[in-house]
Amino acid sequence: MSDHELRVSKIKSGTVIDHIPGGQALNVLAILGIDGSTGEAVSVGMNVPSDRLGRKDIVKVESRELSQDEVDVISLIAPMASINIIRDYEVQRKHRVERPNSVQGVLECPNPSCITNEREPVKTRFTVLDDAVRCDYCETIVRDNIAEHISDD
Amino acid sequence: MWTDQLVSAKQLSRADIDAVLDHAAEIDENPAAFADRHTDKLLALLFYEPSTRTRLSFETAMKRLGGDVIDMGSVEASSVKKGETLADTVRVIEGYADGIVLRHPSQGSATMAAEYVDVPLVNAGDGAGQHPTQTLLDLYTIRKNVGFDDLTVGIMGDLKYGRTVHSLANALTQVDASQHFISPDSLKLPRRVRYDLHEAGANVKEHTELDEILPSLDVLYVTRIQRERFPDESEYRAVAGQYQIDAELLEAASDDLIVMHPLPRVDEIAADVDGTDFANYFEQAHNGIPVRMALLDMMLDNE
Repeated sequence: MSDHELRVSKIKSGTVIDHIPGGQALNVLAILGIDGSTGEAVSVGMNVPSDRLGRKDIVKVESRELSQDEVDVISLIAPMASINIIRDYEVQRKHRVERPNSVQGVLECPNPSCITNEREPVKTRFTVLDDAVRCDYCETIVRDNIAEHISDD
Repeated sequence: MWTDQLVSAKQLSRADIDAVLDHAAEIDENPAAFADRHTDKLLALLFYEPSTRTRLSFETAMKRLGGDVIDMGSVEASSVKKGETLADTVRVIEGYADGIVLRHPSQGSATMAAEYVDVPLVNAGDGAGQHPTQTLLDLYTIRKNVGFDDLTVGIMGDLKYGRTVHSLANALTQVDASQHFISPDSLKLPRRVRYDLHEAGANVKEHTELDEILPSLDVLYVTRIQRERFPDESEYRAVAGQYQIDAELLEAASDDLIVMHPLPRVDEIAADVDGTDFANYFEQAHNGIPVRMALLDMMLDNE
């Protein structure tokens, strides 16, 4: 175990999301819907020195494994992140996030004139580009602050 | 396949464009030969926004093919007023008509509607998004007057909100046209359109003044600067006057230049241009009939 990982306490079982770009940990929590009211034990390390990223954030969530949708959205703001599944203090599985081709129902379109912001039975759908996402309906490209557009639903 | 549902000019390949325009030319030459093509067909016109040319030209085109139209009428007089969703409306109308023409103020509305129906559906304008049938008639007008070879097009005015501009810019990449965009900085092409042009490898330049490129143009496509889009009236006045053309200004243009405009115009083309050989906008509007006849004929035939 490295000194860096000791900065955040070990968890018994759950998920460790490592190699999040520095400053993005709170957005990862927002993606996971964690605001402190849901009862999970959560540890967060921010701006930890990292060989690969310069500085990185780490999020450890006790007793929870992530859905593929959650991992897909995390990949949009943390393309280098790794997901570690922990059971009984041991890493059971470790994998890098992969950017999906599209994400459905997880981001809101920032264009107020987009049909997905009307009272219509339509889920948002964004195509994932190299450095951005694009609404499949109004074609608006979102490049910056993608986490701000995560749906509240 | 676009022959089922045409929601964006981006769906159209060069072969698709040529097929529609060739068929439109055939109809243009002998419209009477197509008068009984669709005597048993009904087209539904769902216009959630005001329209004169598009609505009437679709109605005319359908009737000239021997078919008929049903019209939702104004939004105020329809179930939309009661809160019915667009998704529900198109699903109901699908059972009444053989095809749907939709104009709606929200971007992406036609894309969404197309997911709910199996009958042919045409996007007749979705907010600041796309207007693919306007593009087809624009291309028909260009091909007829100046051709597609070594084509240089200037597009001037409201490039940010102008859906006809967005569709046309996409389609002009299929004919390898050089595209010059002339607008105030506040009304430049949106990022999504520039992205598509870049992806298509288009030859594109942006300008704030027309005079520097006017002599090199084969086509000058003028759009209205939409006063209602400006947060401040004085900002509108600061740019509006710079984007007006008149006969004197066009003295610097090539003799073969054609001036186009999707209409309605307000004051961006002075009346003294109307009498010159440059003026092409009324012919352009008339071309909407054979082009929309061709499109409907192909789509309804394919059903």
